[in-house]
Parts: sequence; structure tokens; C-alpha cells
Amino acid sequence: MNLLYSDVETDLRASVADLLGDHSTDLWPRLVQVGAHALHVPEELGGQGASYRETAVVAEELGRFVSPVPFLTSAVMATAALTHLVDDPRARDLLQRLASGSATAALVVPLSSWDSWPDGSGLVQSVAGALTADVLLVPIEGRLHLVPSADATVTPVVSFDNSRPLADVDVSGSPTTALSGPGDAAVRAALVAGAGVLASEQVGIATWCLDTTVAHLKDRHQFGRPLGSFQALKHRVADLWQSLVLARATARHAATALTTGDDTPIAVSVAQSFCSPVAVRAAEESLQLHGGIGMTWEHPLHHYLKRAKANEIALGTPARHRATLAPLVDLPGPVGAFSGAPPSPTVVP
Amino acid sequence: MSQARELVAALLAAHDPATSERLEFLRARFDAGLAWVHFPVGLGGLGAARAVQQEVDEALAAAGAPDNNPRRIGIGLGMAAPTILAYGSAEQHRLLRPLWTGEEVWCQLFSEPGAGSDLAALATRARRDGDDWVVTGQKVWTSSAHNARWAILVARTDPDVPKHAGLTYFVCDMTAPGVDVRPLRQITGEAEFNEVFLTDVRIPDSYRLGEVGDGWRVAQTTLMNERVAIGGRAVAREAGMIGVVAETWRAHPDRRTAAAHDRLLALWVEAEALRLAGVRLRQQLAAGSPGPEGSAMKLGFAQLSQALSGFEVEFLAEDGLRYDDWTMRRPELVDFTGRGAGYRYLRAKGNSIEGGTSEVLRNIIAERVLGLPAEPRVDKDVPWKDLPR
Repeated sequence: MNLLYSDVETDLRASVADLLGDHSTDLWPRLVQVGAHALHVPEELGGQGASYRETAVVAEELGRFVSPVPFLTSAVMATAALTHLVDDPRARDLLQRLASGSATAALVVPLSSWDSWPDGSGLVQSVAGALTADVLLVPIEGRLHLVPSADATVTPVVSFDNSRPLADVDVSGSPTTALSGPGDAAVRAALVAGAGVLASEQVGIATWCLDTTVAHLKDRHQFGRPLGSFQALKHRVADLWQSLVLARATARHAATALTTGDDTPIAVSVAQSFCSPVAVRAAEESLQLHGGIGMTWEHPLHHYLKRAKANEIALGTPARHRATLAPLVDLPGPVGAFSGAPPSPTVVP
Repeated sequence: MSQARELVAALLAAHDPATSERLEFLRARFDAGLAWVHFPVGLGGLGAARAVQQEVDEALAAAGAPDNNPRRIGIGLGMAAPTILAYGSAEQHRLLRPLWTGEEVWCQLFSEPGAGSDLAALATRARRDGDDWVVTGQKVWTSSAHNARWAILVARTDPDVPKHAGLTYFVCDMTAPGVDVRPLRQITGEAEFNEVFLTDVRIPDSYRLGEVGDGWRVAQTTLMNERVAIGGRAVAREAGMIGVVAETWRAHPDRRTAAAHDRLLALWVEAEALRLAGVRLRQQLAAGSPGPEGSAMKLGFAQLSQALSGFEVEFLAEDGLRYDDWTMRRPELVDFTGRGAGYRYLRAKGNSIEGGTSEVLRNIIAERVLGLPAEPRVDKDVPWKDLPR
């Protein structure tokens, strides 16, 4: 279990960071050009034949730039679902199109899904990646169905996080193609892979917030001193750095577990439940320590706060992941229901 | 077969652990260079990489060889030995063998009632008298002092210069006249530490480590090695305080509530995150790039052990109202996870104070890792004798 970044991963990070730093448009085609969208897809399916560890490094960088690209939804989640059903030639064919970069796909479940999701035969709300996807993967009655998005009703919603815009999706009445194989297991695989990789995105968000805040504290002067010379503020960023050290270790562990298949459910839920609050706190602390500047629309900080907070809900809240962990780590909850009623004294006659 | 393997085989052939006397075996192991392999040849080592040590330890343990009970002599191994190696004379190097075998226990005379986080402000005076130094002062928080044969000591030899410049580092004979060790009782009821009163204690100049006035730099070697020692080895999931608390939870289904359940799971996740960060830190050390993550570990460990032990007392409800024993004990080994929940809760309060307070650690992180401005140093250029106390 190597939790460090390899030299290859460090180089990959640098090239993705260069690309994201230099360009604000056409990000997705550029990422596709360098193959960042299909790193963990096997070579025989048109991918790079690397692993989730490399994919997680890309997710970190995308978090650091809050990039509005369908990486999580298509390259990670839809890809994981299709990989699970690869015995069906139609799944294999679509997988190859995703790996070649000629199409993107989205799994039609609410972004908040973790341990359950609605049947896709009716309206499905708050679906991420659907607005730009070419193909929708819709779970209906235990099978995953392919629906060209042109045939579905995809209605944009005003999203809390504009950098990952959501849509309400309705495929009722659209022609659908059912893939053979276990659709529920495919959805499950997509959610687990998504949650594991999302932890790295949260690490990237927290990294940006910390770096930006530290730079601000060095630069900004009040009372004739840099803000960063005040111990009350130094200690807050020191605590943030400490949390980030731990978060990074859990995210690397989750990416490794997705790669090897060892310890995956525990590693993913540990990383999700730990990294999400760290990213949210990093963004919130960053805002507070920036003072009024952080409250303005023109400062980029709000994009990070909104992404971090939306990510906290995405693919299972921290509390849901803790509930998932309980049976896995043999920490069962209360026996029977706890009423919470005030005690009633025993009256002695 | 590696050199270390061959030496282990030769040691075991010459001294069968089943029939050898423990101390005799340990001395032979030291003389074979298998005590601390990264030390030089002739001083218990082979001049080898630190990584070789694990191989040696495992091979000897597998053969049923006795060890030197490292937890009992941690200060000698982790702090005194590296400093003696770095600054000691050939004569002083002779202290290393009985230190390693545990025949002679060491303690550390650094902290004082008036010098805790600000260690360089310490006031214990050492005055030159012929070939000796005469030392007077009071030290505190000294574990093992009541068992110790030797101490590492930092004292003030020049009060007329700024605080860091006037310190000198010594080896102190704990059996010398004028050394008075008194138990220091803690909030747990036991006396794990001591106060050490030094009254006109004579220390030969040949027991000095480093130059006169260079004590602060020598002490840095000691303290840096303390931090390396904290790294330790890989721990299993649910080791330490989380394991104890998880077992308490499993043993008391009737006391569980939904709110406590979520709190416990959050603490379990934090413990696992800290464990993984420790694994990652060791991988960085092994890859030769020691990160500053050690301070993150210490900070996290203190927070977590306090939160967990506090949770456990509360969860135990009526049993949390009882304490195992307030008798003043003198434990030879300290186990943060030992005894009862009440003890664990009280002892954990020290975790954010001992070995660098959490506040000092946050300053270190902010300044050395994040590059924020240093705290103002109003005492930097002031002679020590003129500092307000």
C-alpha cells in the first residue's frame, strides 16, 4: 500500500495543472488530448491502462481549479458502470467511445445518491453531467438502459454549484436499450468509484483554499503587520494544514483501494467522510480569513465553497458514509429504537 | 545473505538465546554491531542504513532472543544516545553499551518550573570550579529519574549573554551528592514523573557534551531525535485508544444511542485517517524525504486521544463516575491506554502538553511549513539575567 505520489503521478499532475492554468475554454477536449479522461481504462478498451491512482491525481487538480468538466460523471462514474457490464457489446462500444473522447455519458441518478437511488423510469432530479452528455445511462428495474440524450427531456436546474450544473432528467416515452448484466451492481460500482475519486477532488479543493489563504495572510497588512503574523490566524491555518495531511492520506488510500480491490468499501467511506468536512472547513476558513474580499462575487473563493459544500452532499454525506462503515468495522448502533423521551420517575405508592 | 544476516546467525550460534543469560546475550549483541546498526562499528553498530535494523530485530525476535526492553529505556535510546554519539568523547562513548543493554537507565534534566515551552530560558546554574562544574537548580517532569543512573542535563553557564548563548550540555551522575529526586504526583493520582533538585552537584568537566555555551545546539540534536523516535513503526487498524474505546462500545449494547454512535464513527474515521497519515509519513522517511508531517501526527494524536477518552467516560455513564484507584503509584512504564477509562481520560490531557504543546506545534507548522511570519522575539538580544521572570 504505497500512499505517496509516484514520479509518473507527479509529472501527470504538473502537465494537468499547466493545461488547466493556461486555458479557461475547451478544457475537456484538451484533457482528452492528453488522455487524462481515460487513465484507468484498460488499453484494450481504448484507455491508457493506468489506474485509479493516476485518475485521482487528475481529480485533485480539477478540484484545485474547480474545473467545469464531466470528468467525475463521465470519465469516472459512467465509465465504471459500463466497465461492470462490458460483456455486452453495446456497453463495450460505448466505453470505447468514452475512452476515445468522442462522447461523454452520465449516469441518471441524483448526485446525492449513495446507498439508494430512484428508478429511472420517472423523473430523476439533480443529475450531474446530463446537460453535456451524449448518452444517458438510466437504471430501470434492475437493468442499465442506454438513452441518447437527444431523445430525453433534460431540464437545467439552478444549481448551488454552477461549476457542476445539474439537470432534471425524464426518459419516459424515450426509446431505451437495456444492457445485459446486473444493472444495480453497475450503478453501485459507479457510486463507489465516484465517491473514492471525489475524495481526491476534495483534497484538491482544500489544497487551493489553504495555499490561497496562506498567500493572502502573508500579503495583506492590517494594524501595520501582515495578517499572518497574528497567532490566532496562524493557528487556524496550521490546523487546516494538519487536517489536510490526514485527508490526503485517506484519499491516496481510497485511490489505491479502488485500484487493487483490497479494502475498497472501508477505504472509500473513510475517505469520503473525512475529506468532505475538511474541504468544506478549508473553504469556510478561507472565506473568513479573507475578510470582505472573500464575500465578493469577483473573488474565485465562492466557487470553491460552493463546490466543496455540494461535494459534501454528492455521493453520500459524511454521516451516510459513517452509517455505511458501522457494520463493516463492527461498530453496531443502538439496540432497538432510542426513544429520546425524558425519563419517567417510578412512583412508589 | 546480507552482512547483517550473517552476523545475526553468528551471534545466535555463539550465544543460544535458550541457554544464555539475558544480559550476557545483550552485551554480545551490542559487541556484534547489531544493537543499532546505523551507529558506527565499535559502538554497537555497523554503519549501516537504519532500514536494516528491522531485519535484525525480526530475525532475533524469531529466534527467541531477549530484547533490551526499549520502552523502559526510551530516553536513553531515543535522546541521550544520539547526542552522546554526535558530541561525546571516546571516554563518553563508553556509556553507550550499558545504556543500550538497559543496565544503566537514563533520564533527561531539561524542563524547569520556569522554563517549559521556553526551554532556553532555563535557570539551573552551572559554575566552573577547577576541573568541575557546580550545579544548582530545579528540574521537573523527569520520567525515570528515580531509576536513573545518568541524566542528560542542560544548565546555564553564562547569565550575561542572551538566553540561547549561555547554555551548556552535561552528563550528570544521578548518584552524585546533591541530587534529590522527589515524586511529582499527577491528576491521575500516580507519580509517573519526578522533580529533581540539584544542590551544589559537582560534575567533572570531562562529562560536558559539546563546547561551553553550545548547549542549545547540542540539545537540538536530542530533541530532533525525539521527533524521529515518535515516528515509530506501522500500526494496525484500531490500535491504541480507538481500539480500547471500540471494545467498550461493543461490550455495552444497552448504553448506545444514535448520537453517540455517529460521534464514535467519526472518531473511528479520524483514528483511521491518522493511522494512514502515519503510514504515509513512514513511507516518506523511507524514501528519504522526511516531511514535516511529524508535527501533524503529534497534534492529531493529542486531539484524538483526548476526544476518544472523553467519549468513553461519558459513554460508560454510571461506571464513568467511578475511578479505579487514587493511590500514589510509581509506574515504571506508562501506558496511555492502560488502567480504567477515568485514568485514560486524565492521562490524555497531558498529550497536548508533553513533548511540545499543541500551541507550540501550531507555531512550528505555521512558520516552518507554511512560511508565515515568526512570533516576535522580545528576548532575543537581551542578556538572560535581565529577562523578566
